[in-house]
Amino acid sequence: MDPSFLAVQALSGLSSASSLFITACGLTIVFGVTRIVNFAHGSLYMIGAYTAATLVPRLLEFSFGPVSFWAGILAAALIVGLIGVVIEVLLLRRIYGAPELFQLLATFGVVLVVQDLVVQVFGPEDILGPRAPGLRAPVDILGRRFPSYELVLIAAGPVVLGLVWLLLRRTRFGMLVRAATQDRDMVASLGVNQSMLFTGTLFLGAFLAGLGGALQIPRVSANTGMDLSIIAEAFVVTVVGGMGSVPGAFLAALVIGQLQAFGILIFPKSTLVVVFLLMAVVLAIRPYGFFGRAEVIGGSHAVGIASHKPLPGRPFILLVVIALLACFPLVADAYLLKVATEILIFALFAFSLQLLIGVGGLVSFGHAAFFGLGAYGSALAVKWFGTPMEAALPLGLALAALGAALIGAFVVRLSGIYLAMMTLAAAQIIYAVAFQWVDVTGGDNGIVGVWPATWATSPVAYYLLTTALTLVAVLLLKRIIDAPFGYALRAARDSEPRAEAIGLTIRRHRWLAFILSGAAAGLAGGLYAFSRGSVDPSLLGISTSVDALTMLLLGGIQTVTGPLVGAAALHFLRDFVMPLTAHWRLLLGLVIIAMVLIFPRGLAGTIQHWREERA
Amino acid sequence: MAKFSTIRWLALGAALALGAPSIQAQQAPIKLGELNSYARQAAFTVPYRNGWQLALDEINAKGGVLGRKLEIVSREDGATTGDATRVADELVSREGVSLLFGSFLSNVGVAMADFANQKKIVYIAAEPLTDAITMAQGNRYTFRIRPNNTMQVGMLVDQAKASGAKRWAIVAPNYEYGQSAAQAFKRLIQERVPGAEIVVEQYPALGKIEAGATVSALEQAKPEGIFNVLFGPDLTQFVREGNTRGLFEGATVLSLLTGEPEWLLPLKDEVPAGWTVTGYPWDQITEPKHKAFVDAYRAKFNDTPRLGSLLGYMVVYMIRDTLERAGSADTEAVIKALEDAKFDTVIGPVTMRGIDNQSTMGAWVGRLALKGSTGGMTDWTYKDGTSFMPTEAEVKAVRKD
Repeated sequence: MDPSFLAVQALSGLSSASSLFITACGLTIVFGVTRIVNFAHGSLYMIGAYTAATLVPRLLEFSFGPVSFWAGILAAALIVGLIGVVIEVLLLRRIYGAPELFQLLATFGVVLVVQDLVVQVFGPEDILGPRAPGLRAPVDILGRRFPSYELVLIAAGPVVLGLVWLLLRRTRFGMLVRAATQDRDMVASLGVNQSMLFTGTLFLGAFLAGLGGALQIPRVSANTGMDLSIIAEAFVVTVVGGMGSVPGAFLAALVIGQLQAFGILIFPKSTLVVVFLLMAVVLAIRPYGFFGRAEVIGGSHAVGIASHKPLPGRPFILLVVIALLACFPLVADAYLLKVATEILIFALFAFSLQLLIGVGGLVSFGHAAFFGLGAYGSALAVKWFGTPMEAALPLGLALAALGAALIGAFVVRLSGIYLAMMTLAAAQIIYAVAFQWVDVTGGDNGIVGVWPATWATSPVAYYLLTTALTLVAVLLLKRIIDAPFGYALRAARDSEPRAEAIGLTIRRHRWLAFILSGAAAGLAGGLYAFSRGSVDPSLLGISTSVDALTMLLLGGIQTVTGPLVGAAALHFLRDFVMPLTAHWRLLLGLVIIAMVLIFPRGLAGTIQHWREERA
Repeated sequence: MAKFSTIRWLALGAALALGAPSIQAQQAPIKLGELNSYARQAAFTVPYRNGWQLALDEINAKGGVLGRKLEIVSREDGATTGDATRVADELVSREGVSLLFGSFLSNVGVAMADFANQKKIVYIAAEPLTDAITMAQGNRYTFRIRPNNTMQVGMLVDQAKASGAKRWAIVAPNYEYGQSAAQAFKRLIQERVPGAEIVVEQYPALGKIEAGATVSALEQAKPEGIFNVLFGPDLTQFVREGNTRGLFEGATVLSLLTGEPEWLLPLKDEVPAGWTVTGYPWDQITEPKHKAFVDAYRAKFNDTPRLGSLLGYMVVYMIRDTLERAGSADTEAVIKALEDAKFDTVIGPVTMRGIDNQSTMGAWVGRLALKGSTGGMTDWTYKDGTSFMPTEAEVKAVRKD
């Protein structure tokens, strides 16, 4: 390695770091004040890039020169800032009090809506923006050419850092932002106009996201995949730096930029894993990132299943449900059976997440990890050892439980948003391994030919098998939720200090909950693999985790039946609405947003609430 | 008033009911199932949908096929293997389609091939190019029209021989298509260019390239030739960085698919002149049949065709010819009518080889050049696929059927 190469590589890393910091800085400021993890931040970045790529060429035609170019970039960022204000006023303002899980899902709904709208507004093709006037020629660095625009980007990072620092330190608005980041309730009780402060913060955050996107146009063509590719990295930067800390985000971006620049030399085939590995390592050593502080555990965590008296006639209802499920093959055709099988599988998956979130108060964004491990465990057993289905299913379950034990051991040391992010990081690491360890897992092709045993090949037999296993698993989980163990989890959820004071070992309980939940999700994954005949990395991806959360939200987080209803509702939407419209993402996004705003209790939860009101 | 309108409705209903027998007299349409990544890969799939729509309208205007209308039930495949097989299942069991075609990503194509084999239904791969679909994972139900990776890479390597480049770099997206193309290149360059070696390989994740770092990593190895498989947003970033840093100066660059309008147009004036590419110079092809297709397409959609448009158009016409020969939409009859069948297409004769179900459709190979403010291809020739296909022995060695 000669020094000139290392220097150029480090500079490339710095320019990536700058772009990443400008975007992530907005995310971290918004989180600091509003406590909302804004999934739609990546969408704002994408809108910024698209706006700039369409606006700047027009301005350059009007008068060619650096002034037009930079004015266009700023204008694009301002437009995105205004879009951020619109999102705040229409949506976020109504859900500040909601549990963080709902906020997250609502912003994910915005992501889906924006994805469809961008194609509608800007067209399907990528848009290549112009190069910056006056910065077309490369600069010579130690005998190698380096783009001069990248040097400007390298400078832009610290400049934005400085300006944000000035804004936060030297203005009244900045003082309020810092105060709100420290203690939101105190700021409110001192009579500060909260809505103005939040709207202003969202404007600033969205402006920075838009700026980050707009600055990319001389390097990247605006494309429809930008939102999701940046959001994962921006999350990592904010978490590693410490949520709400701007200098932390800067430091984290620098580290990640260098890791990526040199990582591709060492592991050219495992680029995906590096970033999330860093996040996992940092959180394992420093649970609150570089400069983050422990969160004040607020009441917003305490949402979930409350204790309740068992209703009379419950066993009877259960028997009726079992009978109905068992008789379903008499009336359904092959395809309906397949749909019903998948609904049952996803119901179990969502229910296993309910144990963590609804009972334990542990918001997991990475539940796909266990579902995927179960599926991969079964599929790998079939592929490499030719095990029959009867042995492959328990193996998948065991692999998922093992993964949950390992991940859980790290995760239970954390709390709140860091816990959620750690689960996300774990799931992404497993995803990256499944995707890039081609020799073993088949990479993105996954593993095909995972078909059930001969006695279970017919749709009816497989449906009955799934029904039986799902019912057993759900009833077991239900029993665990109602047992003292479940009460202990709820106690820890509602008040950690009190639970500790009466002698509960919180961490051990939570770790066990992780293993149980992981095992149940793993069983669901194994069943899914055999139902579909194949596995692929998308089972481990963010969208699968979001699906599980959506099912919980649709059904309702405060009830036991919620996940089951939610799984049915989501599948119904997917199966019957997706074919009818080309804009199913828009529709699904709007459904999620509507659910958060109108039925925050979910379907089953709303019905239960309404029954209680009447009683 | 209300009464009058009721009578009117009744009269309308009666008229419809009387008119109905004439509708029913025709047989039910033949249903084809189509699925593709319309949301994620819109740049390719939207023109492709236009192409098959145009063919469908033309065929039905001429009375359909076997005296029945053709109907295409189109679905979004979600760009993942899981979604695609679920949607395919729905098309087969609920819509009752006679055969399936479509998909974009190679990994989805491989899953679809497996699905077709399980469900015993014909699947015609539209855009997936990985060899696996007609080789290792191939089966009697799965067919492909486009030249696969080995064929297209073979055409490029032939061009590369003359350049004398020996030290080669590979850059490819890290998923089935990229890996498959890179493997084909490694195999073919060592077979056909004595003394050739691969000095550096970079596999950025699809849609997540670190362009600056990737370009300087390639540059560091001082390659004489570069083999590129990137497309879409990854390619634009790579080209911009490469142009600025002078990576392509003095190097022979071979690039898959870059001459196709869907990937070339977004490059605008950054088009790297001199690259040897496979592509589709639609505006320079003079055969009357092809011109007629282009004119019809432009008239209908007010847009220039992409390779996707041509592909969508060809697939539907080939399906029509197949159904005509098969005499029914029955799977076994369709397979019989497809194997070793000759088709007369808008780009000339194409044969569907029976041993691996790979068609002999070729590709246009030429150089990129900047023409005004956009890029195009020059010095191109249409290479028929026949001589670039894997030999019979190679096919027999890897196929399981």
